[in-house]
Amino acid sequence: MTRKITSPVVTVETQTFWNAARENRFMIPVCTACGKPHWYPRAICPFCASEKVEWREASGRGTIYTFSVMRRVKEPYVIAHVTLAEGPTMLTNLVDCDFDRLRIGQPVAVVFKETENGPPAPMFRPV
Amino acid sequence: MTIKGKAYIAGAFEHPTRLAPDKTVAQLHAEVALGALADAGLRREDVDGYFCSGDAPGPGPASMAEYMNLKLRHVDSTEVGGASYTLLAAHAAEAIALGKCDVALVTLAGRPRSEGMATGTAPRPRDPHQPEAGWEAPYAITTANGYAMCAMRHMHEYGTTSAQLAWVKVAASHHAQHNPHAMLPEVVTVEDVVNSPTIADPLHRLDCCVISDGGGALVIVRPEIAKKLNRPLVKIIGTGEAVKHLTGGSFDLTTSGAVRAGPIAFAEAGITPADIKYASIYDSFTITVIIQLEDLGFCAKGAGGKFVADGNLIAGVGKLPFNTDGGGLCNNHPANRGSMTKVIEAVRQLRGEAHPAVQVKNCDLALAQGTGFQLATRHGSATLIMERE
Repeated sequence: MTRKITSPVVTVETQTFWNAARENRFMIPVCTACGKPHWYPRAICPFCASEKVEWREASGRGTIYTFSVMRRVKEPYVIAHVTLAEGPTMLTNLVDCDFDRLRIGQPVAVVFKETENGPPAPMFRPV
Repeated sequence: MTIKGKAYIAGAFEHPTRLAPDKTVAQLHAEVALGALADAGLRREDVDGYFCSGDAPGPGPASMAEYMNLKLRHVDSTEVGGASYTLLAAHAAEAIALGKCDVALVTLAGRPRSEGMATGTAPRPRDPHQPEAGWEAPYAITTANGYAMCAMRHMHEYGTTSAQLAWVKVAASHHAQHNPHAMLPEVVTVEDVVNSPTIADPLHRLDCCVISDGGGALVIVRPEIAKKLNRPLVKIIGTGEAVKHLTGGSFDLTTSGAVRAGPIAFAEAGITPADIKYASIYDSFTITVIIQLEDLGFCAKGAGGKFVADGNLIAGVGKLPFNTDGGGLCNNHPANRGSMTKVIEAVRQLRGEAHPAVQVKNCDLALAQGTGFQLATRHGSATLIMERE
C-alpha cells in the first residue's frame, strides 16, 4: 500500500499500546475490577468506571462487523469495524486483500502498517 | 415540567443562496437572522436569547452576538453537528418555558461550497485532545465511508437493497422539482441513483446530499408574543435528544440516537408516529433516512427499505410525505448541517406555506429529525414535534 497513513496520536493514556505495536504486539485494555475488555483504550473503564485497567496481549483475531470500500479517491482503501475475538469491536482498515471479495463475518487477523511518522497502526487482513 | 405548548416558532427563514463566495459566514448568519425576524414580524431589539452551534464564527455565541449587536440574557451554543438546530430549537423552548428569555433566535450559516471543502470524501481535521482521535485518524474515516458502513450492515442484517435506498433520493427529487432554489431540481429514477458512480460501497453519488453555501434561522417566542403576531401559530409540543456512541466497543450500527430521542419527544407530545402528517428527516445520505424512520417508529426496525420504496415518501403519492423542499439530497445542506432546513420546511408545511404541489392537506402535526456527526461512530440526535394551533 502506498496510501500515506496518518500517524496515531500517542498520549500518556496509550503509550503502552503504541510501544507494543512497534514490536508487532497487539494489546487490548482489560478492567480487572469488572473483567471486561473495551475499545478504544482508556485509563478509566467505560463499563464500571474503575481505574484498574491493564494492558493484555490479544489474539489479534476477529471478524468483519461491517466495511466499506472508499472508491472516490486516488487509491481506494477499506474502512471497517472488526469485532475482536476478545469481544470489543474496533474501527480499522482491511488491507492486503482483494477488496471485491470482502464480506461481513469474514475472519481476519491483525497486521501492523507503517504510518507517516509515528508507531505502526493495527489493521486487519482476511485469513 | 414540560415544554409542551410553552413556545411557538414565529419566524423561519432559509437563505436563498446556494453559492456565496461574495459573503462572509458572519454576514450570512446576520442575513438569516434578519430574515427570520422579518418573517415573524419582530425586531432585532426584541431578541433576548441567542442559540448557535459550531458553524457560528468564533467560540460560542459571543462573536455573532457582537456582530449583530444583540443584547442577550440567555445563550446556548450546544454542538452536536448537523443535529444542532432541532436540538437548539428544543433548548430555546426550554429556556422560554423557564422564563429565561422571551424571543429566541437560532442561526445557522456556512460556505463549504465556496471554500471547496471535500465534505464527504476526505477526513476532517480533529482536535488531537479528542480521546478517540488517535484510534481513528490512521484509518481515514470520512463522512461518506462511515455512513456507508452503516448501510452495509443494514443490508447484511435486513436485506435492504440499493434500489430501496435509491427511493429516498427519488422522493426528494420529486419534491425538489417544485423548489426554484433547489441545487438539484431534476427528477431522478431508481436507475439513475444505482447507476451513479460509487462513492463508498454501497453508497452511490446520488445517495449523498449536496454541498451548499447558505443558512437558515428560527425565531421562537413565548405564547403571549406568538398570539400577537400576524402569523400562523406553530407550537412546539415535544422534544427529545440523545448522543449515541460506540459504548466501549459494543454497538449496533443499524440504529441511530433517534431510537432514544424519538420516544422521548412522542411521549412529551402525547402522540404517536401514526399521527404525524409530515416528517422532515435528516438526509445526509439515503441510509440516514431509512435508519431514522425505523428508530422513530414509522416502521419496524429493518423494514425501512420496504417502507420508503415505491414512492411512499412522495407528497400526494405515499403515506409519509418527507422533505418536501427537496431536502439535503436535492435542495440545500448549508454548512454541511441539515437540521435547520428540516425545521424550516416543517414550519412551512404547518403554516400551509409549502409549494402547492407538495403541500400536505390539513397538516396539523409535523416532525423534524436531526442526526449530527458520524452515524458509524458517535453522533447527536434530536427530535422536534410541532403542532399547528
